[in-house]
Amino acid sequence: MVVKVFGQIKAANPQRVLLCFLEKGIEFEVIHVDLDKLEQKKSEHLLRQPFGQVPAIEDGDLKLFESRAIARYYATKYADQGTDLLGKTLEKRAIVDQWVEVENNYFYAVALPLVINIVFKPMFGEPIDVALVEELKVKFDKVLDVYENRLATNRYLGGDEFTLADLTHMPGMRHIMNETSLSGLVTSRENLNRWWNEISARPAWKKLMELAAY
Amino acid sequence: MVVKVYGQIKAANPQRVLLCFLEKDIEFEVIHVDLDKLEQKKPQHLLRQPFGQVPAIEDGYLKLFESRAIARYYATKYADQGTDLLGKTLEERAIVDQWVEVENNYFYAVALPLVMNVVFKPKSGKPCDVALVEELKVKFDKVLDVYENRLATNRYLGGDEFTLADLSHMPGMRYIMNETSLSGLVTSRENLNRWWNEISARPAWKKLMELAAY
Repeated sequence: MVVKVFGQIKAANPQRVLLCFLEKGIEFEVIHVDLDKLEQKKSEHLLRQPFGQVPAIEDGDLKLFESRAIARYYATKYADQGTDLLGKTLEKRAIVDQWVEVENNYFYAVALPLVINIVFKPMFGEPIDVALVEELKVKFDKVLDVYENRLATNRYLGGDEFTLADLTHMPGMRHIMNETSLSGLVTSRENLNRWWNEISARPAWKKLMELAAY
Repeated sequence: MVVKVYGQIKAANPQRVLLCFLEKDIEFEVIHVDLDKLEQKKPQHLLRQPFGQVPAIEDGYLKLFESRAIARYYATKYADQGTDLLGKTLEERAIVDQWVEVENNYFYAVALPLVMNVVFKPKSGKPCDVALVEELKVKFDKVLDVYENRLATNRYLGGDEFTLADLSHMPGMRYIMNETSLSGLVTSRENLNRWWNEISARPAWKKLMELAAY
């Protein structure tokens, strides 16, 4: 059955889900929700996602929102299809889960307000909070030190294999690398640079970039 | 084997893990990390949790951090012991996961800065950001409307049974209900009030409150 994904291909949170589907050969259909026209805040979409965000999915009777929960469900249900995004043992899955939490609580927690201020506010003619950006850059630098250390002894965040732990970072990383002047924070760190070059060379990522047509 | 939990029994994030263990009769030992003395930022603790936060756990060879990842691991590994915190099918577990994400991304995202300003800053003699608090209260009110609606047709956030979806909220809810003047936002909402009364009456929660000795 083709999974319906309500969202925008260019938007970061839906991309977590789409990338999971591309890695695992799961068929999907994107039902476009126009974020510029605030379609996500309208009553029809609120029935799918009551907080007025994207993505939301419909798969037969199953309706879900929250991209990390969606990705984990499909990674588990289709563990034997396409890329194994979880790990074979419960302990390996826990390490993957830990780094997905890290992505949410440390990486995205800083990258998102950075990107909102540097990329999105100028687009809408809103003033950038310059003091906040400087504060966030300092925080981001410290967070990336932890990643650099982790990737010094591990090929991927979860260990030896590419998993959800890496995948979940990719939409946010793309914003940082391609749309801000902060890419130097990554390229100047040997292991982080190696990691980003490797995971962004994956066929599923390239396919997503094609679909997004930036 | 007794699981070592590094943290403080009074702190919200470790409580997610301790509550999971109490619900599931998993033996644990709390190794106190003195947050007032910033022990979590010192090199010894940074080896366990590189971002300088609590909790972290040690269980034989397994070392993990991030409370939601830790709770999910133990809920999965010991699914048949004590309270089933996950759900029986993959689809039920996905709904539980979705509401754990909601707890992190919508509930705690607003409750935490509220509690920081209303409870912690006064304690450390720092000025409370009054404008921010007013902004957060408005957001929190809207978030609680979604919960009220969900709990109108579901006894618990995940459905018919108490799960990680509810458990994950409890440390943050305790702050709101017991240490701020915002408890009215909950008690004025019939279903939310019913839900909180029911889950905070659970023996495991009462045991945690005993151990925390507020």
